[in-house]
Amino acid sequence: MLDTIILILDSTVRLSTPLLLAALAGLYSERSGVFDIGLEGKMLGAAFAAGAAAAVTGSAWIGLGAGILVSIALALVHGFACITHRGNQIVSGVAINFLAIGLTALLGQDWFRQGGRTPPVTGDARFGSIVLPFADSLRDVPVVGGIYAELLSGHNILVYIAFLAVPFTWWVLFRTRFGLRLRAVGENPAAVDTAGISVTWLRYRAVICTGILCGIAGTYLSVAQSAGFIKDMTAGKGFIALAALIFAKWKPVPVMFACLLFGFLDAAAIRLQGQQVPGIGEVPVQAIQALPYILTVVLLAGFIGRAVPPKAGGTAYVKERS
Amino acid sequence: MKRYILGVAAATLLSTTAMAEEFAPAVVYDLGGKFDKSFNEAAYTGAERFKAETGVEYRDFEIQNDSQREQALRNFARRGANPVIAIGFSHANALEKVAREFPDTKFAIVDMVVELPNVRSILFKEQEGSYIVGKLAAMASETGKVGFVGGMDIPLIQKFACGYKQGVMETNADAEVFQNMTGTTGAAWTDPVKGGELARSQMDRGADVIYHAAGGTGLGVLQAAADAGKLGIGVDSNQNALHPGQVLTSMLKRVDVAVETAFKDARDGNWSSGFYTLGLAEGGVDWALDEHNEALITDEMKEAVAQARADIVSGKIEVHDYMATKDCPF
Repeated sequence: MLDTIILILDSTVRLSTPLLLAALAGLYSERSGVFDIGLEGKMLGAAFAAGAAAAVTGSAWIGLGAGILVSIALALVHGFACITHRGNQIVSGVAINFLAIGLTALLGQDWFRQGGRTPPVTGDARFGSIVLPFADSLRDVPVVGGIYAELLSGHNILVYIAFLAVPFTWWVLFRTRFGLRLRAVGENPAAVDTAGISVTWLRYRAVICTGILCGIAGTYLSVAQSAGFIKDMTAGKGFIALAALIFAKWKPVPVMFACLLFGFLDAAAIRLQGQQVPGIGEVPVQAIQALPYILTVVLLAGFIGRAVPPKAGGTAYVKERS
Repeated sequence: MKRYILGVAAATLLSTTAMAEEFAPAVVYDLGGKFDKSFNEAAYTGAERFKAETGVEYRDFEIQNDSQREQALRNFARRGANPVIAIGFSHANALEKVAREFPDTKFAIVDMVVELPNVRSILFKEQEGSYIVGKLAAMASETGKVGFVGGMDIPLIQKFACGYKQGVMETNADAEVFQNMTGTTGAAWTDPVKGGELARSQMDRGADVIYHAAGGTGLGVLQAAADAGKLGIGVDSNQNALHPGQVLTSMLKRVDVAVETAFKDARDGNWSSGFYTLGLAEGGVDWALDEHNEALITDEMKEAVAQARADIVSGKIEVHDYMATKDCPF
């Protein structure tokens, strides 16, 4: 029983990592007042770039670099459209999603001729799992050993980066000058402007942070969790991350728990499928798959209460009326 | 006289070009695209082989979304392509509509039945091929537990699962088969992450051979099995080379043969519409043995499979068809 629970939690960690990275990415951008529904597109673009670069060069790190660069580029397009040109943030985000879906499939087909896939990556071109010290010798210690060896050890480096990004983000947002200004620019950009700080430059820095984290999320999908890029491989994860962000009221630590909850529901759904549940019998696939969404609706409606976004979110800052 | 010869020559020339123009085969692939290393690529291989053998050019189209199915089929029919072959069950509704509009054009569809006088419906006995790989899985498994990961939860995929189960159970009655479906929408074909997780969950429960019938999702299944040092089984095309030594075998579905035969029949005037079912006996399904998996297949396994194959062809072993009863007795 304990083994099963540990295995479900282990799978939870793997499944919630991309959600966590994407949700933290969204956090930076949205806290600065730029709504970003293009998380999905940035992840997809990064996944493709990472998969392609890793396959060609044979290095997972170059893949990570390429993923981050492409994601930042897409984030800057979003920034250019809705910070510099004050365009509609939702429209720009949707455009980025469409751009990523089309472009990855097209370039993938043109470069590799494998139906929009990148060649499978192996060995050094993939982030392998890291075994923490003493994991094997501690494995036999009851309870603690299992948790340490199975749950904490044996993930790839991006998983650890994702979970370390949570306290780091908290520190940046709530303990640094940059964080204070970032939050202020999302609530009341006019006040920040009056203090002599550039709203535009702050918001650009925020979307670059979003780009970096989305880049890691996409890279995780294509060269750590799987081995290669496949058309539309994000499968809606960017939107689930967005839901987690709202769910957690734009705060880093709750974001982590929200992502873990979504990951857990997904992992449990995978484990429960096709197994006999005591008292109910075999649950149909459809019911199991709907479970995460049903729970989300119930939790959102019943327990979480009102989620208030940053006040200046979604509106471009206009310095003065001319 | 000279003019007469010239006239004859011109006439022959004209008639041959007319002939060539008349015979313009076309293929419409399904969403996976023609280089999917699996189902659609098999169709492409068949069409290419026909081209290499006969020198006849064919036209093809890769749809990007569901709404293009009807357009693509109608476009080919309107421009005089004949025969037009639709790859994949999802084309059925579109094909039915277009085939009615062009009663003189020959159509074929793979994996689905469209009952019209000008449509050839090509079906495969996937259960027979799955039975064979099920037998191999049961013999290769050390734990007596094997897995199956399907793509979208539809009767066609249940058919794979059921044949596989029967193959496993009739080889080792104590064996346990874990069966999972990835999802219920089209996204279930392109989610390698979920495929990998499903495979891992089966391996955690003890499975050491996992068969997939899940398109792109299955690549995640094979990857997870290879990562864990277990065995995967490929599907549709020969996927043994994806992870040499970690893919036990592949269940081959010879869509290539179906496409090539359809083209040839149409060219030679042997075309017949109606219902075609290709099983082990017709060479429509098979299992793959090549340099990448020969170390995994023992002589004992080869013998057992040869025996099972002969028994299925002779009718001594009857492999259950899920489609017939919508139910799997195993």
